[in-house]
Amino acid sequence: MKLGKMFHRGLLAAGAALLAAPAFAQPAPIRIGAVLSVTGPASFLGDPEDKTLRLYVARINAAGGVNGRPLQLIVYDDAGDANRARTFATRLVEDDRVIAMVGGTTTGTTLAMRPVFEEARIPFISLAGGIEIVDPVSPFTFKTPHTDRMACEKIFADIRARGLSRVGMISGTDGFGQSMRTQCQRVAGAAGITILADESYGPRDSDMTPQLTRIRGTTGVEAVVNPGFGQGPAIVTRGYHQLGMRLPLYQSHGVASQEFITLATPAAAEGLRLPAGALLVAEQLPANDPQRPVVIDYKTTFEREFNQPVSTFGGHAYDGLMILVDALRRANSTDGVRLRDAIRATRGFIGTGGVVNMSATDHMGLDLSAFRMVEIRNGSWALLGN
Amino acid sequence: MTAELLQFLVSGLTVGAVYALVALGFTLIYNASDVVNFAQGEFVMLGGMVTVFASAAGLALPLAALLAIAVAVLVGLALHRFAIEPARGASAVTLIIITIGASIFLRGVAQIVFDKRFHQLPAFTGAEPIMLLGAAILPQSFFVIGGAVAVFIALFVFLERTLLGKAVLATAANRLAARLVGVDTSFVLALSFGLSAAIGALAGILITPITLTSFDVGTLLALKGFAAAMLGGMGSPLGAVVGGLALGLLESFAAGTISSAYKDAVAFLVILAVLFARPAGLFGRRSVERV
Repeated sequence: MKLGKMFHRGLLAAGAALLAAPAFAQPAPIRIGAVLSVTGPASFLGDPEDKTLRLYVARINAAGGVNGRPLQLIVYDDAGDANRARTFATRLVEDDRVIAMVGGTTTGTTLAMRPVFEEARIPFISLAGGIEIVDPVSPFTFKTPHTDRMACEKIFADIRARGLSRVGMISGTDGFGQSMRTQCQRVAGAAGITILADESYGPRDSDMTPQLTRIRGTTGVEAVVNPGFGQGPAIVTRGYHQLGMRLPLYQSHGVASQEFITLATPAAAEGLRLPAGALLVAEQLPANDPQRPVVIDYKTTFEREFNQPVSTFGGHAYDGLMILVDALRRANSTDGVRLRDAIRATRGFIGTGGVVNMSATDHMGLDLSAFRMVEIRNGSWALLGN
Repeated sequence: MTAELLQFLVSGLTVGAVYALVALGFTLIYNASDVVNFAQGEFVMLGGMVTVFASAAGLALPLAALLAIAVAVLVGLALHRFAIEPARGASAVTLIIITIGASIFLRGVAQIVFDKRFHQLPAFTGAEPIMLLGAAILPQSFFVIGGAVAVFIALFVFLERTLLGKAVLATAANRLAARLVGVDTSFVLALSFGLSAAIGALAGILITPITLTSFDVGTLLALKGFAAAMLGGMGSPLGAVVGGLALGLLESFAAGTISSAYKDAVAFLVILAVLFARPAGLFGRRSVERV
């Protein structure tokens, strides 16, 4: 009866009824927080996430909001710094009083912020890849992207399907490369893969031919896997081509963008494979693919608005926001626990990253079918039959 | 085995040539002012980024490269005029901190003026490697190594054979004495900043077709170039070249023959060992305090 009271007071304030009326038409907004790495080293992840969230919150509001209330998005930029992320997380909880959080661009910032939201019992949907975010499960923390363990499993399955089993690895020493390297080693045995060579390079190194020469000199290597993102994989690919290496080369989902092909040069990248989300090959998805309408809609909307190619990372933000909105509608409440239960009950949600089926023990809800194996042919992506 | 060793050699020389050029830039400014210019890496970044954006805007590659060098020289001169010159009475440490600030500032501006993405340049004469005794060598490697050699010879001629060059050497030897015999040491310092910027930019242009570039490419190169300059002996142009090549070779052979995980550790261990034996570096003058 709060609104009624307000209305009443408005009437009493000497003919201010007209002024009070907008308070009726505009119910209090639902506040959603987002701490993203819009600038700094992870900006190529955080920037499209930021753009996506702002664009879709505006669209949702234009269509009438959620449960009759508009959304209010509060974005802070942590510049990739975990310390700053945690400070902003506290501010979102204590000052801005958000009811949920969609953000956390990197695994590092996510892990730094998780305790804040867990303590405040506010749902937190992270956009970072690390499996440690949801394994073991924390009651209020979710994530939308695939994990690097799934990428390893997908790559290894493809290698096995080619009748090969002995691989050489060359990994970046950055967080992404090291995490994926560890996960690959962990799942290699179960996948029937033997890792014969294990080389590494610094994320800013300018030449990887010595490491590749070493892998080439290792007898028995049948395929090469390169976990990493940024410029490193592009230089590895160029070096691979320079040395004339003919073994199948696998990159990770970390380089799934057209930019990678440009940087690595189409000639050097020809024939290499990587696991990627459906967004990368939106137009090539078969007509009966459940994800096709979603990814094509997101892609066209984003590219029309910002005039730049869509990226998987913006897609993660789209998925996070839509899962939250869906849960808000089902819960019809902004209470932390009820909202959490609603997110956890997400079933058959179709996002850009895959079909999401959450449960009390799975706060990501994706399986291997979310990854598509793609091959670079003539400077663009070709979807391989799964 | 020889093919592999040759591969490591070429890789090390190419990367080392870039370190040597960055180290040369450090040396020039250090000689004129005792300042270690930590914005040196940003000159390399400017060289690469301006070339990329100018050629994307339709400029021919040689013109774009010239423009990039001009922009870097202007930035170098501005850095001297607006950041170093006003603080000329301050200690070397203060000036070094100013250059660190300038480096962060330049990176920030580059992020806004250009963008935050990686960029590439086409190789000057084709990207197909040349096979030599079983080793695959990129044609661009010859440009990088040749460019470094050309810069070193030109610098040597300039310092040893021209009056202006002698003034630079005199300033390096003793600033007060140089001023007493009529050398404009402030001009020499400005010249050093301009030259360093030009050399840095050239390094950036030559290496971009191999290593790609982005707004923050300078940070690591400055660190490696600084290590190379220390190894060769701060203040010695020959030391800068030898130090740079040695660092590049150490990294490449360590990665290829010992362990890629420890290649930086191996390189820095060797540098530490050299500095223990010769604190002034391989070619550094031992500074003697006379009482």
